[in-house]
Amino acid sequence: MSFEYAPAPESRAVVSIKPKYGHFIGGKFVAGSKHFPTINPATEEVLSQIALAGKAEVDAAVKAARKAYTTTWSKMSGKERGKYLYRIARIMQERAREFAVLETLDNGKPIRESRDTDIPLAAAHFFYHAGWADKLEYAGLGTSPKPLGVAGQIIPWNFPLLMLAWKVAPALAAGNTVVLKPAESTPLTALLFAEVCQQAELPAGVVNIVTGDGSTGALIVNHPGIDKIAFTGSTEVGKIIARAVAPTKKSVTLELGGKAANIVFDDAPIDETVEGIVNGIFFNQGHVCCAGSRLLLQENVAEEVLHKLKNRMEKIRVGDPMDKNTDVGAINSKEQLVKITELAAAGDAEGAERWSPACTLPVKGFWFAPTIFTGVTQAHRIAREEIFGPVLSVLTFRTPQEAIEKANNTPFGLSAGVWSEKGSRILWASQQLRAGVIWANTFNKFDPTSPFGGYKESGWGREGGRHGLSAYLKGVGHE
Amino acid sequence: MSNRIDVKKTYKLYINGAFPRTESGRTYEVKSAKGAFIANPCLASRKDLRDAVVAARAAHAGWNKATAYNRGQILYRIAEMLEGRRAQFVDEIMQVTGVTKIKAEKEVTDSVDRLVWYAGWTDKIASFAGSTNPVAGPFYNFTIPESMGVVAAIAPETPSLLGFIDVVAPIIASGNTVVILASTKAPLSAMTFAEVLATSDLPNGVINILTGKKEEIAPWMASHMDIDALDISGLPAKLHAETKVAGAENLKRIHSFKSADPGRIIAFMEAKTVWHPIGL
Repeated sequence: MSFEYAPAPESRAVVSIKPKYGHFIGGKFVAGSKHFPTINPATEEVLSQIALAGKAEVDAAVKAARKAYTTTWSKMSGKERGKYLYRIARIMQERAREFAVLETLDNGKPIRESRDTDIPLAAAHFFYHAGWADKLEYAGLGTSPKPLGVAGQIIPWNFPLLMLAWKVAPALAAGNTVVLKPAESTPLTALLFAEVCQQAELPAGVVNIVTGDGSTGALIVNHPGIDKIAFTGSTEVGKIIARAVAPTKKSVTLELGGKAANIVFDDAPIDETVEGIVNGIFFNQGHVCCAGSRLLLQENVAEEVLHKLKNRMEKIRVGDPMDKNTDVGAINSKEQLVKITELAAAGDAEGAERWSPACTLPVKGFWFAPTIFTGVTQAHRIAREEIFGPVLSVLTFRTPQEAIEKANNTPFGLSAGVWSEKGSRILWASQQLRAGVIWANTFNKFDPTSPFGGYKESGWGREGGRHGLSAYLKGVGHE
Repeated sequence: MSNRIDVKKTYKLYINGAFPRTESGRTYEVKSAKGAFIANPCLASRKDLRDAVVAARAAHAGWNKATAYNRGQILYRIAEMLEGRRAQFVDEIMQVTGVTKIKAEKEVTDSVDRLVWYAGWTDKIASFAGSTNPVAGPFYNFTIPESMGVVAAIAPETPSLLGFIDVVAPIIASGNTVVILASTKAPLSAMTFAEVLATSDLPNGVINILTGKKEEIAPWMASHMDIDALDISGLPAKLHAETKVAGAENLKRIHSFKSADPGRIIAFMEAKTVWHPIGL
């Protein structure tokens, strides 16, 4: 006898999406000139028409941000700035369900994730940073750290509202004003956030949101009126930004790609480890820069782990993101689906062995079944390039030293996982791994108090904690 | 009266604890403030830089693993060795730059004191720059700063000894290894300092010193894919932009500084955050 899950759809009645949106500049919504559609990637339904910001709109947003910086925000006491951030955090909590539904519609991620992870963490980031606003002199940057000015912030589509929070909350707490551009395919929660700023009576121009594509992002990066660029996205674009700002005085933080190793030693607790592997690569459809996309198994337990992993994967539910029982939702865009499909095909062509559980994918929308490749070598593209999808490459190792060498054999260095019951081995491996975040006997955990960011080509700087805050402040000593 | 012909020193490079000549066979002339010939130091080549990076990379694992206490003692030992050879450094600084004896003595004194200051930072920087993070869940979570790897650096033209030490000491204090280009016009202090290093228990390859031209070496440093970071404090401002553009190829961390500050140590460290569940 088999048990079927009955559909458990979340209601979308809680959101009202306008047919068309403008930009949020100087505290007001301003009509755009050109528009492009944003769609629900699970159904391909057009949700709304989004404005494409050109030079005039970006100029206006920077001007509004500068005015707010000089006349209001940099003059306000930290105590008062903090209270605005607390207000924002509270309103986000109040409207959490609305944000969660909107995020899932626009992004394709399961409602369970947007409801339990993205939105609560976004609110937590504002709550955490609110408390910093009047304590900046304790941030370890000297007795009178100063804000940088106007921050231009460009965020990705994988965690739209959460990435907004990671960027906007520390910037505002430190006394900067911002011009933020959400990703082309996921602008809706940022536009709802603009309403939250209005409800919080945040002074006009402190937060400005312009929507658009890469061309809008380039206008922000190259704008002479901006003092700081914060970008989360691909390493390729990160390098373009690093070159573009080189001749300027802009400070920069970059949170870029990854190809995290998830190392399983033979003394690991296998059942917990299997859960961690699944969470590491299939969380958010694998659209995670720190995803555990390279599984390194110690040879003597490889067979057992793979057997249990495949059993577990048979039970993953792929489908309607609005269903509360769904584990893996839709791929965010057609473009991303093409990229994942192409890299997976390279895995086949280079001789790795592909396996996916039997699952029926919806006909409309963009879907990719959870997939593992075994027999992967370090030379394979699927072991070197960021796939940014639900595709796991499995490699094996014999000695701990070999595991570390394989794990570090990448230009990336964002995150890594270690599974073992032996404390000294975990600490040894954590020390050897060249990555900014190490998850030991856990994976994909995030918190506003916990600095996040990469070594090597995974980026510059940290987000979260005292380290992340310092990226929005001028201290003493270094230029 | 003495008719003795004095024995002059050949100034060479300092790579992996040895004093090789440049493989290129190129040299340039260093003159005294009064225009008299002093020495023909090496005009280091791209190959010399590569060799130095190989040495620095090989030395990183060991130096990074050394305890902070041990690194502090070695930095202090370097200060001891420098103190013992004050006179030679004072002479060379006066000869090359033409400053007064009082000024030259002050530079050497400050250099010794600066080394002592950084020696004391090695085992304090982690508690200053790290943190434990009270995450909202049953996890133990901490952030520790650790060295980046191989840092390349351009020392300022002047002061040729103090400026050199201000660049090198904070880079190696945390466990990085370094390849540094000495002052072009006044390279003697740096090359004599190599002799101090050679007698200070500093492992081979931790500090590697080149002499030559900034305009030539800086672009090679910037584009070298096995260099993790650059200190361009000594590079003329007009060359900063192109160096940063070239350095973006592997996203080098590129910084320049004006004063001695623990921020100089932290700038060449990476913050690593470790999570572990708490439970029975």
